[in-house]
Amino acid sequence: MNADFLFQAFIYLAAAVVSVPIAKRLGLGSVLAYLLAGMILGPDAINLLGERSRDVMKFAEFGVVMMLFLIGLELRPRVVWSLRVPLLGMGGAQVALTSLAAAAGLRLMGWSWQASIAAGLILAMSSTALVLQSLSERKLLKTPGGQASFSVLLFQDLAVIPILALLPLLATLPATASEAHGVARLAAWQQVLAVLAAVVGIIFGGRFLMRPVFRAVARTGLREVFTALALLLVVGIALLMERVGMSPALGAFLAGVVLADNEYRHELEGDIEPFKGLLLAFFFIAVGASVDFGYVRGHPLAILLGVLGVLALKFAVLFAVGRAFRLASGASFLFAGALCQVGEFAFVLLSLAGQQGVFTAEQVRPLTVIVALSMVLTPPLLMLVDRATRRRLDAPGRTRAADAIEAGDAPVLIAGYGRMGRMVGRILRANGVKTAVLELNADQVAHARRVGLEAWYGDASRLDLLAAAGIDRARLLIIAIDDPEVAVKLADAVRLRHPALKLIVRARDHVDAYAFFKRGIEEVHRETFGSALAVGEAALRALGFGALRSHRSILAWRKHNEAALRELARHWGDEKGYFDKLRSTIRDEEGMLAEDGIPDLELDRAWDNAGLREEVKSRAKPPPPA
Amino acid sequence: MPVADPNRYRILILFAHPAYDKSRVNRRLFEAAWGLEGVRLHDLYEAYPDFHIDIKREQALLLEHDLLVFQHPFYWYSSPALLKEWMDLVLEHGWSYGRNGRALAGKYLLSAVTTGGPEQAYRVGGNNRFPMRQYLLPFDQTAHLCKMKYLAPYTVHAALTLESGGDLEAQAAHWRRTLEALRDGKIDLEAAAAADRLNPLVP
Ligand SMILES: Cc1cc2nc3c(=O)[nH]c(=O)nc-3n(C[C@H](O)[C@H](O)[C@H](O)COP(=O)(O)O)c2cc1C
Repeated sequence: MNADFLFQAFIYLAAAVVSVPIAKRLGLGSVLAYLLAGMILGPDAINLLGERSRDVMKFAEFGVVMMLFLIGLELRPRVVWSLRVPLLGMGGAQVALTSLAAAAGLRLMGWSWQASIAAGLILAMSSTALVLQSLSERKLLKTPGGQASFSVLLFQDLAVIPILALLPLLATLPATASEAHGVARLAAWQQVLAVLAAVVGIIFGGRFLMRPVFRAVARTGLREVFTALALLLVVGIALLMERVGMSPALGAFLAGVVLADNEYRHELEGDIEPFKGLLLAFFFIAVGASVDFGYVRGHPLAILLGVLGVLALKFAVLFAVGRAFRLASGASFLFAGALCQVGEFAFVLLSLAGQQGVFTAEQVRPLTVIVALSMVLTPPLLMLVDRATRRRLDAPGRTRAADAIEAGDAPVLIAGYGRMGRMVGRILRANGVKTAVLELNADQVAHARRVGLEAWYGDASRLDLLAAAGIDRARLLIIAIDDPEVAVKLADAVRLRHPALKLIVRARDHVDAYAFFKRGIEEVHRETFGSALAVGEAALRALGFGALRSHRSILAWRKHNEAALRELARHWGDEKGYFDKLRSTIRDEEGMLAEDGIPDLELDRAWDNAGLREEVKSRAKPPPPA
Repeated sequence: MPVADPNRYRILILFAHPAYDKSRVNRRLFEAAWGLEGVRLHDLYEAYPDFHIDIKREQALLLEHDLLVFQHPFYWYSSPALLKEWMDLVLEHGWSYGRNGRALAGKYLLSAVTTGGPEQAYRVGGNNRFPMRQYLLPFDQTAHLCKMKYLAPYTVHAALTLESGGDLEAQAAHWRRTLEALRDGKIDLEAAAAADRLNPLVP
């Protein structure tokens, strides 16, 4: 393997591992940590990232595609539809007004009107990666301001297509390189057709084709194959979108939405999530590294004014748009603060526009620096805005907005949907308790879905998957997995990460039960215990014991046995102690029969009036003659 | 409430004894009623050992009868717990009481109780200080609220010392005759409601 590659990987990973804990300690978000690490390690400072940070950025940008895929997975089509007003209205207004204002400013500075318009359009874009990551890290994505930000970002992703088409028309200089590839060579109507075909293909494939494919792959039982499939899906969509000249992120988002109520959704989330996280981290590091400090040192004032000017202009437009669309002032503030940077897409558009002869090199360079710095400034800015608005939002009398992007809000998670999980789920449903089910057998999941249950495919022993299924919001986790090793592993992981979550556990037998007791879990239920009790009761009745007598004796026995089980658990591992205890337990159980063989249920002695009768009789009799 | 035969009352015995194996008196009385035509026996603890009472079934059963008997040993001056639970759940508001609760109107309720204490203990000045009808007031008033008539209780006192030979057999036979007389309308129910004890009304 290439030593240079390993070294680069080492540096990037080390940057992530070192910077984030420090930033968290300081109360800063991970995004800022990555950006700062990139700036420190970049070519203008320590210079450890090598010459290819631009390449890394391009590659890591794929994290954005994955992120939008994941966001899509969280949004059912209905929710997306409900976003149409903010999406088209606010997004359209924001892009139009910002580009016009920015273009006017540049024109006044003496730029050609073509270059002004092109730069205006580019500056109107915001950073999807940065904003969404920062908002979700601060748990702001579901607030009204966060929702508006999300809608506008989606619109911007859509707007990239016409902007790409427009750039060549704004060229005033000879193009240095023209790379017409893919459908760009086709006529406009053919291009539209290609885009439509791709979109329809994604919707159709997601609805009808993916389920059997997921199922077939899930049946192999090999997790890495499923991970490969998940990645293949996202990569494939990105490729297809690129081919038809559409934003890959948008395509991935669409695919995510289509798959949002697919039962494999949580497994997909769990598989993609770490890749997305790492790629985004690398992306932010690369952005930090791309800040051209040489240029900043050469033109400090111009850059300072440029950055402040862009931020102020975008902020003002965004705030006005927010208010115009009836966002509360606090939410508008957040919305404007979140989106006022220029996005990563500007890098692509700027270099493309440079090649196509829209800008001169002297125009591209400061713009690139301004874009990068505006991104670097976003996390601290967002932190300030968040602090300021939070204080206002917490004021009494304000009701929180309904969570629109709520995925799983089931209060109970059932891991394992076999014979036991199924019945438990039905009992809970009969009591109006919402449950989400995770099961590793694809056929079981399909069956459960068919009867209308909320069931997800996935290995419940993976914490990331439980997180995707909403373990943070759950009140109870029921581990009904039949494989004791998996169940114990899951219990350990959950106790570690979610110590407050209530657990109820299925154990195969007493030996498995001991393992859970040892871990301090109290609600442990042996899978055959309940039915053994039922059979015992039925047997007693069949032999002619009264119903109450049979029932009470089973209750007494159960209590005794449960207590003994816990007692025995403490001796498990110490052979002599264990067998001594076991022998005495069995003796005790037999001792539940009194000497004369007439049952003496410890619990119900008061119902026996023999002693009372004895006493009354002895009192009634005359004293025996002395 | 229409009665199938004006001279015949359909009797339902709601029997509550949590230790049937150990019962001597109630068990004999219960057995004495076996096979009596027009008398239905319903052993509550046998039907609902887990206290999960089938309310619809119980109500349907009540509608099919004219005279209800609560038969039980006297436990702490009241009934065993399941009978109380049965009352709580079966005698629903809007069904047996309340403005629209008329399901039991016109029926009769009889308590058949065995006590450890002797008859003379259940008197003012006796060991138990109050007469039986006073202890049974909650049942009396329950019947009243359900628009039923509460009869004087059938009591077997000093049940602990009742000899399993002659006395107990005589008592069981008397109980059987009492049920027959009630069933056949041979007892003046107005008088039975006013008496202290039902036992003397049957020879
Ligand atoms: C838990 C319990 C409580 C009792 N409370 C009373 C009581 O309050 N007054 C009374 O006279 N006898 C009381 N007794 C005696 C019972 O009434 C007596 O055992 C019963 O009537 C005997 O009937 P059996 O042979 O059917 O069980 C009580 C007995 C038990 C077991």
